[in-house]
Amino acid sequence: MEIYGLGLVAMCMFIGSFIGRIIGVLVGVSGDVGGVGFAMLLLILITNYLDKKGKPLSQGTGRGILLLSSLYIPIVVAMSANQDVVSAFQGGIVAFIAGGVATVGGIMLVPVISKIGSNKNE
Amino acid sequence: MIRDIIIKLFTSYDLVAAFGIVALIMLISYGFASAIGQKRMGSAISIVVGLILAYIGGKYTGGKNGLADIEIFAGIGLLGGGMFRDFAIISTAYGAKIENLKKAGLPGVISLLVGVFFSLFAGAIIAFLLGYKDPVDIATIGGGAVTFIVGPVTGTALGASSDVIALSIATGVVKSVLTMIITPFIANRIKLNNPTSAMVYGGLIGTTSGVAGGLAATNPELVPYGAMTATFYTGLGSLLVPSIGFLIIRLIFG
Repeated sequence: MEIYGLGLVAMCMFIGSFIGRIIGVLVGVSGDVGGVGFAMLLLILITNYLDKKGKPLSQGTGRGILLLSSLYIPIVVAMSANQDVVSAFQGGIVAFIAGGVATVGGIMLVPVISKIGSNKNE
Repeated sequence: MIRDIIIKLFTSYDLVAAFGIVALIMLISYGFASAIGQKRMGSAISIVVGLILAYIGGKYTGGKNGLADIEIFAGIGLLGGGMFRDFAIISTAYGAKIENLKKAGLPGVISLLVGVFFSLFAGAIIAFLLGYKDPVDIATIGGGAVTFIVGPVTGTALGASSDVIALSIATGVVKSVLTMIITPFIANRIKLNNPTSAMVYGGLIGTTSGVAGGLAATNPELVPYGAMTATFYTGLGSLLVPSIGFLIIRLIFG
């Protein structure tokens, strides 16, 4: 059933966020440190484990998860619509330079790291 | 009377209203994207429209929550809040296979790690040079240079202010849009013409819509390879940036 998919993601979220908050307390940061990443890892581990055991999630359960993931971009759109953009614009040049440098630099690194891969394969 | 009833509808069914409004924003944005022959830019354009509406909302109300500060659009705040955002992001990990991560192999893993940390520190250094001194702000903007998800995840976790979070989203959007535009033009120069380099590219850039859009405009056959590594990028960034990344940034800039 679809609701099982939503429930599975909910469980991963609570466990991941629990771990993240414990780490947060341990490193002295208020809030959640990497909880979303732990939850994603947990979801990957659980679904891959079930696949390996030959008992993959039912179609309905999968659809529940896919419904959520298909809402990812719409939720990001809603998220962007409730940000404090007016204040952000006062420092807007940061966004353009930081985003630009990260993009151009990242693209320039492609041939460098591809080379590591091809050397390894040869 | 009619006006009161309509307002009452929007405020009583605030989350449903938000679904409708976002659907409308995306309908118009995707329509515009295909009208200019850039179908894959639909998501990037929708996000930009969202940011523009947030700007208008902020100007109109003087509040800090963009469109959500306008009474009838309050549901946008719930739909776009941290709860639904994290819930949906986690679900995108479904379908990722451990074998696929292994298949992407050593260059894929290296490109993911290098990609996340390179973007984080590129963004962090720019933020520092342009006057941000608080490690939380620096890490949040650096997170935005990773992707427009990692920025707000980092900012929320570390307790950054909403304007810095908005800035980190804007940074991620700039990266995503720029990736789509630049990639086809320099694909040959960076030898982006085979599955391995596509996987490395996906791992280095990581913004899923940017990578998918950029590769589609370059060579559609390369899209799944780039998307394969890019799938892990936001998750890895969400894990590393608010934790190890922040600790390193606090050490350097703190």
